[in-house]
Amino acid sequence: MNTKRKSQIQVITGNAAAAIGAKLVRPDVVAAYPITPQTEIIEQISKFHANGEMDCELITVEGENSAMNAVMAASLAGGRVFTATSSWGLVFMYDAVLATAGARAPVVMVNVNRETPGIIAVSSGQQDMISTRDAGWIFLIAEDCQEVIDLVIQAYRLAEDYDIQVPVMVHYDGFYLSYLSEGVDVPFQEDVDKFLSVLKEQPERVKLTPGGKLGCGSHGILDGYLELRYKHVCAMERSKEKFEQIDGEFQEIFGRSYGGQIEEYRMDDADVVLVGSGSMCGTIKTVIDEKREAGIKVGLLKIRMYRPFPSEVMVKALKGKKAIGVVDRSLNFGFKGGPIYTELKAFETQLDGARLVSFIDGIANTDITTANVAQMIDTTCDLAAGKSVREVTWVSYPEAQKANDSKNGGL
Amino acid sequence: MSLNKFFKHEGPWSDANDPLMCTDTGDWRTKRPVVDKDLCIFCGFCAIYCPIQVMEMVENSYFTPDLNFCKGCGICAKECPKDAISMMPEGDFKK
Repeated sequence: MNTKRKSQIQVITGNAAAAIGAKLVRPDVVAAYPITPQTEIIEQISKFHANGEMDCELITVEGENSAMNAVMAASLAGGRVFTATSSWGLVFMYDAVLATAGARAPVVMVNVNRETPGIIAVSSGQQDMISTRDAGWIFLIAEDCQEVIDLVIQAYRLAEDYDIQVPVMVHYDGFYLSYLSEGVDVPFQEDVDKFLSVLKEQPERVKLTPGGKLGCGSHGILDGYLELRYKHVCAMERSKEKFEQIDGEFQEIFGRSYGGQIEEYRMDDADVVLVGSGSMCGTIKTVIDEKREAGIKVGLLKIRMYRPFPSEVMVKALKGKKAIGVVDRSLNFGFKGGPIYTELKAFETQLDGARLVSFIDGIANTDITTANVAQMIDTTCDLAAGKSVREVTWVSYPEAQKANDSKNGGL
Repeated sequence: MSLNKFFKHEGPWSDANDPLMCTDTGDWRTKRPVVDKDLCIFCGFCAIYCPIQVMEMVENSYFTPDLNFCKGCGICAKECPKDAISMMPEGDFKK
């Protein structure tokens, strides 16, 4: 057997992967409250803590709002922190989520995507992510359990980087990835320590000290508010390049690279492209392979970094394609198309004539099946061939397409 | 060029002595507490009740508000046992 250690594969769920990722980064403080479908993360961390495998302060708070306030405070005091939530929990901590971003506290949180309050749904969907996208956090989205553990580790390099200092939320689809067991190459502790040691070489962040006179989050009145917001927007822009760099350094140590802000799958000679994010991408890749065998030149652009929006790399990758179908697992109330579709639409004029079409699917655990993906690819191909297609298709709800357009708002 | 104008760091960190931590609440005031120093018995009730602690002792004989920060809430006038403080409309003052 080769003496050089290669990997240690474990069959674990996405939640277990997130918990092990949190253990490997050696946080100082973890504060969290259980909520479906995130609960297993907190159970696992509690177990690690009880067994002495995790040397952190574990605060079992009475709710999510306290969880976020606790980790924000611990982060401002210089600690490395972790928390995790989902859906209703994310909404319950919303004010603290905003304050954490405003304070530029480098908190890392896992959000296991689930439909948000409104209609009670214990089911998957990215609506909680979309409802929080303007909070000023960096958003990363994982496709599978391996990417969950890798993104949790990478998130700390991004959040705590001296040039960034913006909280990071790692998203993955609840019910699909959260409970799906897959083979995961669990990183070795020494490698994670080495990967994160870069942060120790950087200047120390400002922190709260007992008896000190420094405070954080004081009145940002008038120009002070402008200064802080402008700096925040600049830091978000800088994080795009930084994430690419981190992905490269991650590959050197762990041997896995995902391509940074986006992952391109069979895109080189593709005429038609689907844009997706999260667990649906696995299904899309499978269908793309089938369609390729049938001679259809189709590719996938997977969004890994959703905030900041990776517009530059997306425009570069999508320029000159014939048609692009954007798959959204959430809604953009007030717009006909899905959120990612609407945002990409802003760059349509830079795509050299590529046309866009919106697909809404996977909401509230309606499976994005291979048949659904094939339908999306066919529709996008129709658009590429110059045929007239609906701007927005609710794939799992054909009644929407049969209904009278003039009566349902012309959707 | 540095973007730093009020803040020395990326986040909203400021020193307790920085002007940003001390918002000039005085310009919110529509009425001003005026102390009749002859009536004032120097009991200190106004200073104790003042929610932003702006009552200052003068010559160990009476209290007067720091008008840079006094918001004009009128609690001092209400609590004064000798009715030595009256709330006067700001428009009556030149400065």
